[in-house]
Amino acid sequence: MASAAEIARRDEQSKTRTRWLLSLPALFIVFIAAIGPLFVMLAYSFMAKGDYGDVKPGEFSLDGWFSVLFQRDIFDDTVTLADAHLSILWRSVRLSVITTLATLALGFPTAYFIATRPRSTREVWVFLITIPFWTNLLIRTFAMQQVIRNEGVLNTLLMWLGIINEPIPIMYTDWAILFGMVYVYLPLMVLPLYASMEKLDFRLVEAGYDLYAGRLAVLRRIILPLVKPGIVAGSILVFVPSLGAYVIPRVLGGGKNLMLANLIELQFGAGRNWPLGAALSISLMLLVMVAMLVYVRNATRSGGGHG
Amino acid sequence: MPEPSPVPDARIAVDCHGIVKQFGEGPRALRALDNVSVAIRENEFFTLLGPSGCGKTTLLRMIAGFEYPTEGTIRLHGEDIAGLPPFKRPINTVFQSYALFPHLTVWENVAFGLQMLGWAKGKIEARVAEMLKLVHMEELAQRRTDQISGGQAQRVALARALAPAPKVLLLDEPLSALDYKLRKEMQIELKRMQSETGITFIFVTHDQEEALTMSDRIAVMSKGRVLQVGTPWDIYDKPAERFVADFIGETNFLSAAMVGIEEGVARVRLPSGIEISASLAEGYRPAGEATVVVRPEHARMVTTGGQLSGVVENIVYFGTDTHIHVKLDQGSTFMVRQQNSRSKSCGASVGDRVGIDIAPDAAQVLRD
Ligand SMILES: Nc1ncnc2c1ncn2[C@@H]1O[C@H](COP(=O)(O)OP(=O)(O)O)[C@@H](O)[C@H]1O
Ligand SMILES: [Mg+2]
Repeated sequence: MASAAEIARRDEQSKTRTRWLLSLPALFIVFIAAIGPLFVMLAYSFMAKGDYGDVKPGEFSLDGWFSVLFQRDIFDDTVTLADAHLSILWRSVRLSVITTLATLALGFPTAYFIATRPRSTREVWVFLITIPFWTNLLIRTFAMQQVIRNEGVLNTLLMWLGIINEPIPIMYTDWAILFGMVYVYLPLMVLPLYASMEKLDFRLVEAGYDLYAGRLAVLRRIILPLVKPGIVAGSILVFVPSLGAYVIPRVLGGGKNLMLANLIELQFGAGRNWPLGAALSISLMLLVMVAMLVYVRNATRSGGGHG
Repeated sequence: MPEPSPVPDARIAVDCHGIVKQFGEGPRALRALDNVSVAIRENEFFTLLGPSGCGKTTLLRMIAGFEYPTEGTIRLHGEDIAGLPPFKRPINTVFQSYALFPHLTVWENVAFGLQMLGWAKGKIEARVAEMLKLVHMEELAQRRTDQISGGQAQRVALARALAPAPKVLLLDEPLSALDYKLRKEMQIELKRMQSETGITFIFVTHDQEEALTMSDRIAVMSKGRVLQVGTPWDIYDKPAERFVADFIGETNFLSAAMVGIEEGVARVRLPSGIEISASLAEGYRPAGEATVVVRPEHARMVTTGGQLSGVVENIVYFGTDTHIHVKLDQGSTFMVRQQNSRSKSCGASVGDRVGIDIAPDAAQVLRD
């Protein structure tokens, strides 16, 4: 005869089996929609490039991966580092890190402000923060262009105020990309920050003041550790799309200030080098994954409370 | 009437004078505190007692520095502390919700205040160990605060607030979340810690029994006002107002006529026509009519005689004592509390005609 424990165990097993069966359709969609294309990219990156774009299926080649970092001189076959690729990579990482820090610096006080309003007005503020999502990214980027171009709002205003005599050229520089990315991705930082600050028990802040912590100490020792999940989430939400930004550097950075996504697009378009494009795409993905791993590992380690 | 107190000329630790606190503006403004003045002595266990919403927490928050009075001054050892932010006041709070830091361990919670004060590492370790020992929490020092029970959280909150050796400790209903048995235990513990540390405790509760058993002195509050300040004995035996008499313990109210006052003692005529002596409440304003209060245990049921008479309406047995409700001939109900003894019953049954004998000195005339 089966003991009660035995029956309970069998019941548990059959439940687990049912759950797997039920999630099969979802797993199938995930595979087709997300993992499948990735495998296609992975395969392309190991094929020889076709003469007019495309790839030569069945013809194995490491040229795509080789070209990510190196270039071969067409006359004497010497191998050198691909400076253009490295500078684009460096620009992408640098601008993404700065964007993340800038949105954090701007988003933190904003989220704190909203979280400390009375409950009824908080909703209004959150609503205002989400308004930019209503418009297309391209339109928002063009809006930014209207602000920062030579005859744009910013320069006109500064000249009218007499602070500058000549317009400051911002368009088609890294600054333009930075302004654009901070503007576009700021809500992605504010919302998760607000979500964790709203849960913050402000009586703990009072307890901190009561125990002789000044404003800075309360921020550092109580508020920051408690809203850390929001900081981590917001940073990921901003850093990942920044690294892969395409529209913003295309519109605001012009043809010279490329970022990784623009370089990839180039390979599938005018460059006619699909294997390189595929290899670059996978490199970008690996870069994001490594960055996330390092970041999350560090964030959780120092979050142990022994700060 | 001189007020008996355990420390007659102790120095004043916290002096609240004419405190008014108004929340909001215009017609929707709410007066949470209305001209409150209390002087809390050094080393005293002082209790603010009153029903929920009477302004106890608001007063405590102003002493801690989280709110600012609309009017009035708060002095700490004679010094006006209006300009001091909470983190510069040598006052600590045990919060109603405990407000332990969830990202820190028990040890780190207790050490927090000391670290903020910039104590040396060794000194902090010694002090935290001492505090954890005081509240019997040494073993759980490395636990996270979400891994301890309510009673333990309460102890940690206490240790955390006591660690910096504040001049005054504020406790906002610290025991209300605990179950009955634990509450009784902690009441004794709190008393012990107060006498061991010699720190002035300002304790808030809505539980009259708790206030009576723990306090050196009690301020009874209602609707933002302090009605009476005194020792538990004063508050219980010599209530000044109907609210105080009603809120603390059980009591009988009698409408009487004032006959005269002689050397601070009143002669009043009871509804039955019999005259008795009664003490006068502080601040009594002479009037023709008087409300007299008599505690149920200060009256006795008698078969003949007594100052009042009526018919037994109800008998409720409580184990240690019995409550006998007597419908007086004049209409109101009077309750007598009698100690039980093993050998005999209370000596009456429902429907009996009985007399009520009020003990000498038991009657008190209220001021309102
Ligand atoms: N920040 C505030 N804003 C508006 N009203 C408040 C505020 N704090 C307390 N009150 C009101 O003041 C009154 C007294 O509150 P409180 O001091 O918390 O009472 P208690 O602690 O005695 O229960 C209550 O009516 C409460 O609603
Ligand atoms: Mg309260």
